Amino acid sequence: MSSPATTTPASPILGPSVTPRTIDSFLRAVPSVDEVGVAERAGALATRSVKRESKLAALHLAIRMCDLTTLEGRDTPGKVIQLASKAIRPDPTDPDIPSVAALCVYPNMVPYAVEALAGAGAGTANGTATGSGVAVASVATYFPSGQAPLDIKTGEVAWAVAAGATEIDMVINRGAFLSGDHLRVHDEIVAVKEACGPAHLKVILETGELSTFDNVRRASMLAMAAGADFIKTSTGKVKPAATLPVTLVMLEAIRDFHAASGTAVGMKPAGGISTAKVAIRYLVLLAETLGSDWLTPDRFRFGASSLLNDLLMQIRWLRENRYQSPDYFTRD
Amino acid sequence: MSRLQVRKTYKLYIGGDFPRSESGRTFPALDHKGEVVARMAAGTRKDLRMAVRAARRAQPGWAARTGYNRGQILYRIAEMVEDRAEAFGAAVRLSGAGAARARREVARAVDRLVWYAGWADKFAQVMGNLNPVSGPFFNISVPEPTGVVGIIAAEESPLLGLVSRVAPVIVSGNTTVVLASERWPSPSITLAEAMATADVPDGVVNILTGPKAGMVPFLASHLDVNAVDAFGAEPAMLRDIEQEAAAGVKRVVRPPGGDIDWAEAQSPYAIAAFTEIKTVWHPKGL
Repeated sequence: MSSPATTTPASPILGPSVTPRTIDSFLRAVPSVDEVGVAERAGALATRSVKRESKLAALHLAIRMCDLTTLEGRDTPGKVIQLASKAIRPDPTDPDIPSVAALCVYPNMVPYAVEALAGAGAGTANGTATGSGVAVASVATYFPSGQAPLDIKTGEVAWAVAAGATEIDMVINRGAFLSGDHLRVHDEIVAVKEACGPAHLKVILETGELSTFDNVRRASMLAMAAGADFIKTSTGKVKPAATLPVTLVMLEAIRDFHAASGTAVGMKPAGGISTAKVAIRYLVLLAETLGSDWLTPDRFRFGASSLLNDLLMQIRWLRENRYQSPDYFTRD
Repeated sequence: MSRLQVRKTYKLYIGGDFPRSESGRTFPALDHKGEVVARMAAGTRKDLRMAVRAARRAQPGWAARTGYNRGQILYRIAEMVEDRAEAFGAAVRLSGAGAARARREVARAVDRLVWYAGWADKFAQVMGNLNPVSGPFFNISVPEPTGVVGIIAAEESPLLGLVSRVAPVIVSGNTTVVLASERWPSPSITLAEAMATADVPDGVVNILTGPKAGMVPFLASHLDVNAVDAFGAEPAMLRDIEQEAAAGVKRVVRPPGGDIDWAEAQSPYAIAAFTEIKTVWHPKGL
C-alpha cells in the first residue's frame, strides 16, 4: 500500500482524516455479494409484465431519464447540434413527448451543446443552466481510460465546467483500484469533485473491468463516500457494459449508503441498453430496490444513444396499434 | 407390437430457427377426414413481429448477393424438396389429394423452384433497360427488390400455391414473412424444414402457422413491411388489408379474380410485382 502523498480533506463518511487504514476498514465493512442471489433476483424482476397505461408512463419516464449520448472520435459540431434538437424535442410529430434529461458529449463539444440547448423554451428545469431544460453533461478525466496525470484530469473537468457543462461523468482509476490503492481512487474522486464546483458529478466504475460483484460494491461505496452525486456502470467502450445484475449490486450499495449516511445518490446504467423492453426492466429493478423516491431523472439516468428511438417507436406503437419501422425515425 | 403413436408438433420458422409460438399455444392440424395428424404452433402478432424483425435483418445481405448465387440457393431448395418428395407427398395428401395428384403437385413445386432459380440472374436484364433519352446521358433502369414482403399464402394448394408465391418474391432479393395456409399447414412447415438445410440464409424466409385473423391486420399495418402479397386472403379481408397498408404506402398485390390454376401460375411478372425500378442518369463522355 502506497503512503498518502497528499493530505486528504475531511470526509463526512470516512471521518476527519482519510488514511489507507480508515479506507480499508470502511471497505472491509462492506458485505460481500451473493452472486447467485443477485442473478436470481435480477432475473425474477426482469419477468415482470408492464402493460398499456403503466407501460406508457414508464416509457415517458425513461425518455425523461435519458442522457442522450454521443461519444465518438468522429463527433462534429453539426452532429451535436442535430442531437441537441432531438434532445429537446425527441419526436417532432408529438408534442406530448418530454425532453430528455441531458445531452452527454466530449468536452470539446460542450460549447456547441450549450449553445444549441440554450435557445428553445424557457425556465431552468432540473437545475440546468440551459433555456431548454436539457442539461449538458460532459465526460471528462481522460475518458474512457482515465490513464492520465491527475492535474490533467482536473484541468479537463474545470475546462468543461467553465464551458457550460453542468454534469460531469468521470472515470475512476481502475488500475489503482485493482491494485488495492483505494486511497488514490478516493483522492482522485475528491479532487475531481472539487474541480466540478457546482456541477453534478457522475462516477463511472467501468464494472466490466472490475471482474467481481464484490469489487463493484466496494467501488460503489468508495465513490459515494468520496462525494459522487451519481454512480454509473460503464463508459460504453468496454464489454460487458451495463447489466441488470451489476445494476442491482450498485442499487443495493446506494440503498446501504443512504441508510448509513442519509445521502441519496443517483444511479446511471450505461452501455448496451438499446430497447424499451430492457429499459423498463431497469425501472422495475430500481423501484423494487430503492422505491419510488428514485423514479426521477434527478436520481436515475440511462446512458444511451439508440434507446431513445426505440422508446419513441414503442410509444407510437401504443398510440397507433401499428408496428413501427426505424425508417420513420431520425438516424443519428 | 402395438406402440404409442408419436405425433409431431410442428414449430414456427423464424430467422432460421424453429421456435414455439411466444403464446405457447398449438392447434390441431386435421386431415381431410377430420382426424388429428399433428399439432401446429399457433402464431400470434408477437411472433409476426419477431419474424418481420428477422426478415428485415436478413434483407440487405440477401439482396447484396449475386443473382447467380440466389439462383443456386433456389435450385438447392428444389433439390431438397425433390429429396424429400415422399414426405411432401404425404403432407399434400392430408388435404385430400390422391397419391397421383400429390406426386404431381410435388413435382410441379420442384419444377417451379427450378424455373424461378433460372430467372435469378436474368430478370434484371429483361425488366431493366437502357432508355433512349435526348442528351449526353446513359439512362438506365434497373429493378431492385422491394424489401420485406408479407405473403398471405393460399388456403388450398398448400404446397404448390406457397412455392409459386415465395419463389418469385425471394429470387430478386426480397425477404419474406409467410402466413401459411391455416387449413392445411403441414406442407408449409415441411418446406421450412427443407429450407433450413438448403443454404437459405437465416431470416430470408420466415413461415408462421396459426390463425390468420390474428396476424393479417398486423402484417398489413406493419410499417416495416414493404409489400403484401394477398393471394391467399379472403376476398372479404382485402378492403381492410388495403386500408391498413395505405398508412405506410405499402404495396398490396391482389389475387386475380376466380380460381387460380396453380399448375400454370408462373410468370416473370410475378417477380416484377415485388421490385422497384431505379432509374439512373449517368453522363456520357463526349
